[in-house]
Amino acid sequence: MLQVENLTVYYKTLRGYVRALERATFTVADGEIMGLAGESGCGKTTLGHSIIYLRPPMNYIEGRVVLDGQELPIWDMERMREFRYRHVSLIPQYAMNALNPTRKIGKMIAELLESREMNYDEILPELKRRLDLVQLSHDVLKMYPIELSGGMKQRTVMVVSTLLNPSLLIADEITSALDVSTQKAVCEMLVEFRDRGFVKSTIIITHDISILYQIADSILVMYAGQLSEKAPTETIFRDARHPYTQMLIGSLPKVGVRYQEERLRGIPGSPPQLLDPPPGCRFRDRCPVAFDRCVEVPPFLEISPGHFVACWRAY
Amino acid sequence: MLSLERVTKIYRLGAFGLKKLVAVRDVSFEIGEREIVSLIGESGSGKSTIGKLILRLIPLTSGTIRFEGMDISAMNSRCLKDYYRKVQGVFQDPFASFNPIFKADRIFRMVHDEFYPKMGAREWSEKVEGALRAVGLNPPDVLNKFPHQLSGGQLQRFLVARALLLDIRLLVADEIISMLDASTRVDVLNLLADLRARGLSILFITHDLSLGYYISDRAIILYRGRIAEMGPTERVYNRPLHPYTEMLMESVPRLDRKWEEEIRVEREGDAAISAVAGCVYAGRCPKAMDICTQQEPELREAETGHFVACWAK
Repeated sequence: MLQVENLTVYYKTLRGYVRALERATFTVADGEIMGLAGESGCGKTTLGHSIIYLRPPMNYIEGRVVLDGQELPIWDMERMREFRYRHVSLIPQYAMNALNPTRKIGKMIAELLESREMNYDEILPELKRRLDLVQLSHDVLKMYPIELSGGMKQRTVMVVSTLLNPSLLIADEITSALDVSTQKAVCEMLVEFRDRGFVKSTIIITHDISILYQIADSILVMYAGQLSEKAPTETIFRDARHPYTQMLIGSLPKVGVRYQEERLRGIPGSPPQLLDPPPGCRFRDRCPVAFDRCVEVPPFLEISPGHFVACWRAY
Repeated sequence: MLSLERVTKIYRLGAFGLKKLVAVRDVSFEIGEREIVSLIGESGSGKSTIGKLILRLIPLTSGTIRFEGMDISAMNSRCLKDYYRKVQGVFQDPFASFNPIFKADRIFRMVHDEFYPKMGAREWSEKVEGALRAVGLNPPDVLNKFPHQLSGGQLQRFLVARALLLDIRLLVADEIISMLDASTRVDVLNLLADLRARGLSILFITHDLSLGYYISDRAIILYRGRIAEMGPTERVYNRPLHPYTEMLMESVPRLDRKWEEEIRVEREGDAAISAVAGCVYAGRCPKAMDICTQQEPELREAETGHFVACWAK
C-alpha cells in the first residue's frame, strides 16, 4: 500500500520556484490500479517521478511517501537506489524507445540484474515464463531493440520492469505511442500483472481518460499542480463533484456522439502559470461556479468513502 | 470536388534508393462540396502521405488527383498558386509550423505579400481580424506575440485563420487535434464543423476513432496503404464490414462500454512481410480464407455508398 502525505515538489528555475506539485495526499491500496489523469503541465508526471526518482531540477519541499509501512527516502537519490526496481518500478514515457540499441535484450536484462547484484541465470526461468504470458517468443532475448515492433518493445519493457515483483509500478504514458490494437493488449497486461500479484499497486499516468475507464479501479484527477478529485472509476464518470472533472469528462468525444446531435463543449481559458500562481483554487478563473471562498485553497476531503474532492462547492 | 484515382506512392529508401516502400497503393475516393471526410488509419497506414499528395508536397508515383476537374500534377506554377488559394493544409504539431524567432502573425503577412500584394494595410488588417474572429480568437489577445506566448490550441487556430484568408474550398487537417489538451481539442473540432457550415470541405486525417465519428460525414479506413472500407460514418462504425474495421471498433477504448474480457493479442510479427499477392490484412485476419493470400480483393460497393475490400463479403 502506498501512502503519500503532503507531498510538495517544486522546480527550481532562475526566476524562482515553479510550483508543480502542492500538498498531494492520497493512498493507493494493494491490488489497486489508480489512473492519474490531467492535461499537459498539470504535474502528473512530476508526481509519478518524485515518488521514485526525484532529481534536479525537481526540488523536494515537504511531505512523506510510505510504501508498505516503510518511509521512502525520496529526497535522497543514493538511498533510493535500494528501493528502485525492487520495490518501486517506473516505466518512463518513451521507455520503449530508450532501450540501448547496441545491446541484445537478454544482455541488457543481465546487466540490469547485475547492477542490482542478482544473477541472470537464476531469474531466467521466471523471465521466460513471463515472456510466454505476454505472448512474446523467447527469441526476443537474442534480438536487438530495432528488430521489435512498438507493441513488442512496450511488452518487453513491462516484463523487465516488473521482473522483481515490485510493490508499486508507475507507468507513465505507456500506451500513447501505440496503435489501438496493441494499446489494448498492453492495458490488459497491466491488469493481468496485478491479478497474478507481480505488482501490488499500479499508478497509470495518462492523458487518455478512455483508457482509464477500461482498466483503472480509481482515478485521480490533477489540475495545475493540485489534486482535484479521486474516486472509484465509475464515480468519476457518473458522479464527479469537482467542476473541472465534470467539464473534462463532458468534453470527451465518444464513439456514438456526433456534433450534429450533441455539441460538446471545451473548457474556456487556460491553466495559470505555476511560477507564482494566484492563491486559492487554481481552477477558479475557468470555473463557472467559482465564488469568493475560492481564494482559499480548498482542502482535499473525503466526502463519501473513497471519494475525495478539493472544491468548496462539493462539501 | 476533389477526386483521387488509383493513387499510388512508392518511397525509395536505402543507400541508392534500391529499397521500395509502398506507402499508398491504388487509392481512389472523392470529397464532395461541404463534406467532412475522415481518413482513419494506424501508424504506417499512409494517411499522412495521402494528405501530402493532395497538397502536392510530394510527387505521385502513379494515378491522378483532380481538383474541380484539373489534374493537379500537371499544373504549372500559376495554376498551382491558384490551387493553393483554394486548398490548404494544417498539420499535427502547431509549434513546428511557426518559426520561433519571428512573431506568430508573420504567417499572415506572408500570405499578404504572396497572394494579395496590392491590398492596402487597413483593409488587410480588417481581413485578418475577421479571420481570427471566425476561428474564435480575440485579435488583440493574440496579435503581435511570439509563438511561445500562445497555447497549442491558439496556434492551431492561427493556422486555420491563415487558410481562411485565402478563398479556401478544401482544408486538409492532418492530426490537428492530437497534440492539444482534452479541454481545448473539442473546441477546435467544433470549429471545423462551423467552417463546413460556411461552405468548406475538410479532409480530416486522424488515428482517433472517436474524433472521426464526432465530426465526419464519411469515413475511410486505411490499412497499410489500401482502403479497407469506406462509407457513411455511422454505417462504417456501427456495422463494419471489414474484419480490420471490426477489430478496430472492438479495441478502441470507449466511454460507454468496457472491453470484453478475452485477451486477443494481435499477430503482428508477420504483418511486416505479409503476402505480396493477396490481401494486406490476410496475415492478421481471423477470417482469412485461401483466396485471401492469393488474390487481392478489390474495393466493392456492398450497399449504397458503403464500400469494402474483403473476399468474405
